[in-house]
Amino acid sequence: MGIRFILMVNKQGQTRLAQYYEYLTLEERRALEGEIVRKCLARTEQQCSFVEHRNYKIVYRRYASLFFLVGVDNEENELAILEFIHLLVETMDRHFGNVCELDIMFHLEKAHFMLEEMVMNGCIVETSKANILSPIQLMDKAS
Amino acid sequence: MALSGMRGLSVFISDIRNCQNKEQERLRVDKELGNIRTRFKNEKASTPYEKKKYVWKILYIYMLGYDVDFGHMEAVSLISAPKYPEKQVGYIVTSCLLNENHDFLRLAINAVRNDIIGRNETFQCLALTLVGNIGGREFAESLAADVQKLLISSSCRPLVRKKAALCLLRLYRKNPDVVNVDGWSDRMAQLLDERDFGVLTSSMSLLVALVSNNHEAYWSCLPKCVKVLEKLARNQDVPQEYTYYGIPSPWLQVKTMRALQYFPTIEDPNTRRSLFEVLQRVLMGTDVVKNVNKNNASHAVLFEALALVMHLDAEKEMMSQCVALLGKFIAVREPNIRYLGLENMTRMLMVTDVQDIIKRHQAQIITSLKDPDISIRRRALDLLYGMCDVSNAKDIVEEILQYLSSADFAMREELSLKAAILAEKFAPDMSWYVDVILQLIDKAGDFVSDDIWFRVVQFVTNNEDLQTYAALKAREYVDKPAIHETMVKLSAYILGEYSHLLARRPGCSPKEIFSIIHEKFPTVSTSTIPILLSTYAKILMHTQPPDPELQNQIWAVFGKFESCIDAEIQQRAVEYRALSRKGAALMDILAEMPKFPERQSALIKKAEDSEADTAEQSAIKLRAAQQQTSNALVVTDQRPANGTPPVGQLSLVKVPSVSNVDQNNAELGVTQANGALTIVDPQPPSSTPSADLLGDLLGPLVIEGPPGATAQPEPNLVSGLEGGSNAADALAIAPVEDQSNIVQPIGNIAERFHALCLKDSGVLYEDPYIQIGIKAEWRAQHGRLILFLGNKNIAPLVSVKALILPPSHLKMELSLVPETIPPRAQVQCPLEVINLQPSRDVAVLDFSYKFGTHVVNPKLRLPAVLNKFLQPIQVSPEEFFPQWRSLSGPPLKLQEVVRGVRPMPLVEMASLFNSLRLTVCPGLDPNPNNMVASTTFYSENTRAMLCLIRMETDPADRTQLRMTVASGDPALTFELKEFIKEQLVSIPVPSRAPAPVPPPAQPVSPPTASSDPGDILAGLL
Repeated sequence: MGIRFILMVNKQGQTRLAQYYEYLTLEERRALEGEIVRKCLARTEQQCSFVEHRNYKIVYRRYASLFFLVGVDNEENELAILEFIHLLVETMDRHFGNVCELDIMFHLEKAHFMLEEMVMNGCIVETSKANILSPIQLMDKAS
Repeated sequence: MALSGMRGLSVFISDIRNCQNKEQERLRVDKELGNIRTRFKNEKASTPYEKKKYVWKILYIYMLGYDVDFGHMEAVSLISAPKYPEKQVGYIVTSCLLNENHDFLRLAINAVRNDIIGRNETFQCLALTLVGNIGGREFAESLAADVQKLLISSSCRPLVRKKAALCLLRLYRKNPDVVNVDGWSDRMAQLLDERDFGVLTSSMSLLVALVSNNHEAYWSCLPKCVKVLEKLARNQDVPQEYTYYGIPSPWLQVKTMRALQYFPTIEDPNTRRSLFEVLQRVLMGTDVVKNVNKNNASHAVLFEALALVMHLDAEKEMMSQCVALLGKFIAVREPNIRYLGLENMTRMLMVTDVQDIIKRHQAQIITSLKDPDISIRRRALDLLYGMCDVSNAKDIVEEILQYLSSADFAMREELSLKAAILAEKFAPDMSWYVDVILQLIDKAGDFVSDDIWFRVVQFVTNNEDLQTYAALKAREYVDKPAIHETMVKLSAYILGEYSHLLARRPGCSPKEIFSIIHEKFPTVSTSTIPILLSTYAKILMHTQPPDPELQNQIWAVFGKFESCIDAEIQQRAVEYRALSRKGAALMDILAEMPKFPERQSALIKKAEDSEADTAEQSAIKLRAAQQQTSNALVVTDQRPANGTPPVGQLSLVKVPSVSNVDQNNAELGVTQANGALTIVDPQPPSSTPSADLLGDLLGPLVIEGPPGATAQPEPNLVSGLEGGSNAADALAIAPVEDQSNIVQPIGNIAERFHALCLKDSGVLYEDPYIQIGIKAEWRAQHGRLILFLGNKNIAPLVSVKALILPPSHLKMELSLVPETIPPRAQVQCPLEVINLQPSRDVAVLDFSYKFGTHVVNPKLRLPAVLNKFLQPIQVSPEEFFPQWRSLSGPPLKLQEVVRGVRPMPLVEMASLFNSLRLTVCPGLDPNPNNMVASTTFYSENTRAMLCLIRMETDPADRTQLRMTVASGDPALTFELKEFIKEQLVSIPVPSRAPAPVPPPAQPVSPPTASSDPGDILAGLL
């Protein structure tokens, strides 16, 4: 199945975006997010970008105040996911111009649109930034 | 900063952001939810724009972790909105809020379907994404055909097709029948020719799922995957947009390599070669660069390539390259690479032949066990656990023990469990095992489960040699001021049972033992008190002559607890006091505990069952797959068959004083069988004879008559055979001219032969110049082998000769072998085989070619062995028993007690049997220690002949068993029996020196003489 969920969380542990590719109840999500956020945020820069938690492996990366956490199963290549996070950030950069936490907060729908162009059903669909952004640009033009 | 012009939403988000605490946030959210609820109630008032805004708010609130139990309907209804912005919101929010079982989702099926089959491709994309993310079975049934059509349609644009691919993947997972369409695998193969990388990436994910379930159907995709990889590796036709920091789509490369790992092998030599070229390039050409992203991306590909190489079980050279790379990775500072290096090295343990190289890195791995990063420590622990065997167990376990005291709590339980398991599995001697567990309890008592100390009790009870030592150790620990309660339990138990063995030592009189144990009494909990009471009763019993003072002390303790509220404690106190007044009766009742029946280690079972942690699981499973569980008995020096180095199996009974009786019986049985009359059934003591239906049935038959003359050479046959096969191994290559071995074979020829006896394709022989592969098909008594002679060189191989030396029972015809094999070419030589009659003799391929002035002339056994002419067959009890009865003894039914059997649990024996095409029929024999199997043998003489086999094992001594084989043909019965015996006792010797030098006494036959089959066979067998 590959990618199980993608979370964007700030330094304070507040969720800024959550996209799950398997169904978890609200309680399960709350518990899971709490646990992994606590685990990942406590780690130092010198430690590796992978954290094992329950049946997941969390691949995470920090950009300024924002953490990107991707939960994967054993079917994924950790470094490829790590760079996929970077690709996501670069794509957001291209659209927002130096993306920050506020961009994601106040343009939640765009963040979701981008993600939806990149990942579907837990698998990577598209890695070309131009292709990812073209539907959003179309929409911006229309409105 | 309006959210696409939705001011209300922006205001709400700002408000949330400005909340000082969780309580304020909750109030604000509640207010908003109330607001939205009233809006939605008054449906007419909400325009699509408003709906859109409120639905986003709901999603936002849901993301914050608040339960939202309304608004789903509104989100779903937006899906059928005519305009794109509303529709899009409807789709996205629906797929975030709902799951596949939600009732509202069913309402949307029609709207979704209309969008999928409609003309608007942006709508198509939205609909496909929703179905791909949350579509359920109903979607699969109603939409699969449409989605398939979109995926392969030539008029459809890539942006739709890439989504269709992953949508289909979802539908396939919901209902695998959706791809059971004629010609789907061809379509799949065509999809891999796709030029658009989006479509190709998603199709590759689809392929991974399909292949992982059924690789047979998708063989045609394999060369296509290799083509894709080649294109990427050469950076051919890769659009700039898909190049990531100069690396052609690392994600597609990784996915493609993943897909290839689901095919068991790659048989086509050209494809294999192309793939290995790519892999070689990745392995050699990945450099460390400054740019982090580039570095990560290239190493993502590199690690995937490593995994693929391991999976393909590549040539040794490439494997050692991989190990070398991993060795480098586990020593680097960069934590991600080190983490992955450790993880992949653990996987590497599955590959045979590299364990020894991995062991060289032990010190480095131990350093990582002390890394500040828990992720890395976990990987290091896993790896150490996986690489542990009898040669390094002491070092590794002691390292873990040492680390235990400083390890953080999150890992202590895992560490303790692993240390306990390793100590049990690989203990070079028992006292060491006891030491380790005692230290473990001392250092991390809270994390040592009851199972661990129970196991120690079992070992000590069953090993007389160990009892004094254990008692002494327990005495030492119990003397320490503050000990863990588990230690109190264990020491009290052991001292109760065995402290009398120490009686003459200073400080070990019953009185002293009692008083040091009793010192701990006030500190223990109710669960320990019953154990202490039993200990006291035992001490009392062992005090001869009775010591009135001690007696009074202990009685006082019993007396105190006679009215204890805990029923268990009360009962023990009352009973022990009453019993201890009875004098002699006490002796019987409190006598030493009998030996425990052998059982699987509860620890290992627990470890296998445990869902606690993935990290923990992976290695334990790996370990379980690699090695047999530790329930074998005696410390053996025998080598297990699976290629792991000799492992000293810890056993419950080291001095088999009890099972001695059985062994004597068995010996008796054998001598009698040889002499004349009966075989004593060495029933294991634990089994109840009345339940043994087969035993009853067989009983009279067994005693009936003397075994036929054919069954005679039993006792020394075992050793004789072993010697024989060793000699054959040694002779497998005999360089003709020069003994100094100009051309060394790669890999172990004997091992390759043994492997090929169990499978139908693989490499038979390889040296630096040539590789001989084999692929075989067997039908009844006919066989068709294809020899693949591959020239690895850039110069032609000349004077190639292949001669088959068939034994008398095989008719073999080899097609013409060309004299010259062109450079880098492979020729295929079919070989037809007909089996005339049952025999264990082996055909030999006398192969030679010329390299320079030297003639290389290996003589190779061909895997046209007896089991290849077997056809598995499952028989029911109704068929089995009449047959078994009608074959009433020698020469059609032969029985033999086989000793010196390589110890293996019954499940392993069952899987060995199945791989030999002997079908194990579970449940036929009521005794769980026995096993019944059946098969059909084919030859010209016998035609199809049913064979029945019964194995009776003795759980107390796995090195011996009784085997009964029956068939309608005396020669077949005998040959089959001997064949199975060879499989059980003779072991394909793992990794020996690559080219054993032939023993000097053996005359090396000159090439001319080698054409005499008799000579060569004599030498080989």
